[in-house]
Amino acid sequence: MSLAKYALRRALVSVPVLLGATAITFSFVYLAPGDPIDTLVGFDAVDPAVEEALRAEHNLDRPLWEQYLLWLRDVLVLEFGTSPITGRDVAATIAGRLPATIALGVAAWALSLLIGVPAGIVAAVNYGELEDELSRVAALAGIATPNFWLGLVLLFVFGVHLGWVRVTPPDAPLASLEMLWFLVLPTITLGTASAALVMRLMRSSMRRELNEPYVRTARAKGLSERTVIYKHVLRNSLIAVVTVAGLQVAFLVDGAVVVEQVFSWPGMGRLLVEAVGRRDVPVVQGVVLLIAVSVVLANLLVDLAYAVLDPRIRYDR
Amino acid sequence: MALLEVENLSVQFYTEDGVVRAVDGLSYEIERGETVGVVGESGAGKSVAALSLLRLIDDPGEIVDGSIRFRGRDVLSFSSDELRRFRGNDVAIAFQDPEAALNPVYTVGEQVAETIRAHGVASGDAARERAISLLERVGIPDAATRYSHYPHEFSGGMVQRAVLAMALSCEPDLLVLDEPTTGLDVTIQAQVLELLEELSSSFDTAIQLVTHDLGVVARRCDRVVVMYAGRAIERATVEDLFYDPSHPYTAGLMASIPRIGDGADRLPTIPGRMADPVDPPTGCPFHPRCPYAEPVCETHRPGLVDVETGEPVADATAPDHLAACHEHTGDLDGGLEYEVLIDDETTASGGGTDP
Repeated sequence: MSLAKYALRRALVSVPVLLGATAITFSFVYLAPGDPIDTLVGFDAVDPAVEEALRAEHNLDRPLWEQYLLWLRDVLVLEFGTSPITGRDVAATIAGRLPATIALGVAAWALSLLIGVPAGIVAAVNYGELEDELSRVAALAGIATPNFWLGLVLLFVFGVHLGWVRVTPPDAPLASLEMLWFLVLPTITLGTASAALVMRLMRSSMRRELNEPYVRTARAKGLSERTVIYKHVLRNSLIAVVTVAGLQVAFLVDGAVVVEQVFSWPGMGRLLVEAVGRRDVPVVQGVVLLIAVSVVLANLLVDLAYAVLDPRIRYDR
Repeated sequence: MALLEVENLSVQFYTEDGVVRAVDGLSYEIERGETVGVVGESGAGKSVAALSLLRLIDDPGEIVDGSIRFRGRDVLSFSSDELRRFRGNDVAIAFQDPEAALNPVYTVGEQVAETIRAHGVASGDAARERAISLLERVGIPDAATRYSHYPHEFSGGMVQRAVLAMALSCEPDLLVLDEPTTGLDVTIQAQVLELLEELSSSFDTAIQLVTHDLGVVARRCDRVVVMYAGRAIERATVEDLFYDPSHPYTAGLMASIPRIGDGADRLPTIPGRMADPVDPPTGCPFHPRCPYAEPVCETHRPGLVDVETGEPVADATAPDHLAACHEHTGDLDGGLEYEVLIDDETTASGGGTDP
C-alpha cells in the first residue's frame, strides 16, 4: 500500500513537469517562423476570408495562451484533437507510429544494458589491465560518435556496400523477421552511446564497491570470486546504473528523432519532425506530451527499482 | 606441531609515498584451542598480519617473505581452490566495523547461510536451519525472524554477534577476531567477551584476538604478542606480560590503562607517534619515544631475545618470554628503570615511567 501511495505522490509531483514541457513546446512552435495555414492551403494565395474561416475553425485566431488552455482542456479528457493539416485524429496518428518507436527504443535500451553492464564488469575486475584500457577507448569512441553519422556509415557499409540489409524499411509488419533484421542497424546506431555511458558508469560503480569491506568479508568466507562479483558486488553496483538506465529513456527518445530520420523508420521521432515542419501543433503537442509522460514514468520505475535493489531504501513513510 | 605457525612474515604495501613494511619479520604460533592476543597501537600491523593469514592482502600490498603453516600445510602455496576451501572453513575472520563488513543488500541470515552452503556443510533449508541456530547461539533473540532482517536493521551489538555467528558457521579451528569489542559500549563489550569465552570452549576454537585494548587481553588471552611498527617486540604468556613487561613500549601501554582510584588527573600517555611506516627510525623503531633510549638504540636494532638469557631463540615460535630491547642483551647502560606495582585483585598493573 505504501508503495502505491509513494507512486501516487510521485505522479502528482510530475504534473507540473508535464505542464511545463507542453507549454514550452507550444510556444516554441509558434515562435518558429511559418504558419500552419500556409501548409494547409499548399502555400497558394487564397482569399483572406477563406483563411480567416480556416483560422477560426482551428481556433488559430485566439490568443496563444487561450489556445494552450483549450488544448489542455481537451487533453484532460484524453481528447487530443485532429490535425488541421491532415485532418486525421492525433491519437490514432500517434498510436500508429508508437509501436515502431517502442520497438526501436526497447531494442536500443536492451543493447545498451547488455553491452554496457558486462563490459563495465570486465573493465572493473581487470582494472588497469588491457581489457580496461580497450573498453575505455571503445567507450570514448562510442560517446564521441554522433549517432546520425554512425547511422549513415552503417547504412553505407552494410546496406550500400555489402548489401546485407535494406537501406529503407521493408514493407512488412513490425513483428516480422524482415523488419527485425532491418532494426539491427538503427538499434546499434541508437544504443552505442548509451552502452558506452552505461559501461563507464558500471565500471566506476563497481570499482567503488570492490573496495567496500563487505567484499573482503565475502572472500574471507571462502566464496568463489565468481560469487563475490556476481552476487555481492554486482547488485550493489547496479544501484547507480539503474538511475542512468532510467535517464537513458529520455536520451533514447531524443536520439530516436534523428535515427528514425536516417533510417526512414516509421516511428514517433519522424512523426515529430514532420509535424514540426508542417506546424502541425496538435500532433507536436501530442508527441511531446507522450515523451514527457514516458520520461516521468521511467524515473518512477527507477525509484521503484531502487527499493527492490537496496533494502535500505523503502518508501514506507 | 602447533595449529598455526607464522614465521618471519613480511608484508609490504607499495604506496605513492614509498614502500611500507606493514609487517616485518613477524613470528608466532597458536596452539589448538588457545587464545592469543595481538596488541599494539593503530598502525602497528596487527590487522595486516591477521589478513595475511587468509591471504586477504590486496593490491598494492603483498606478502614478500616468510611462511604461514596451518596444521603443517603451507598456506602461502595454496591454489585458489585450496584457498577457497581454507577460508571460512579452517580459519575464519570477524572483521572490525561489523556493520560495514556485512553486505547491505542481503539479509543477515542469508549471509550466514551462504558460508554454510559454500563449504558444503549443509544446503537449502538445512543451511537456513543451521544459520538460525547459530544466530540463537550467539544470543540473537528471535533468531528465526532476525534471519530475514537486513544489517541496517540490527543494532551495533547485534551486528557484532551476527558477524561472529557467520565466522563460526563452519566451526573453524582458528577464529581471527579483529577488534571485536571496538565501538561497542561497555556492557555489550562484556557480553561479547563472555560469548567468546563460551564459544571458544564449546567449539574448541583457537582465537587470534587482535586488539588495542589490554583489558580485553587480560581477560581473554592465554598468550600475547605485542606489536610495534610491524614487528613483534614482546611475546609472553598473559601472566608474564602483565607481571613482568619487558619492553618499555609494553610498560608504556600498561601505564596508559585508566585505573579507578589512582588519583591521577591525567592519563599517562606514550609521547610521540607511531613510527613513520615509509621511513622508520634507524635502530630500535621505538627509540624516539622511549624514555630509556641510549645511543646504541639509535644505531642497532634489537632482536627478539629470551628475557632471562638474553639469547636469541632459535625456534622462532618457541613459547618463552621474549622481548626486543637492548636491555636484555646487556647493551643498555642505564637499564629499564620502571617498576611494576602489583595491586591485589587486579591482574593489570603498569609501571610509572620515572627513572
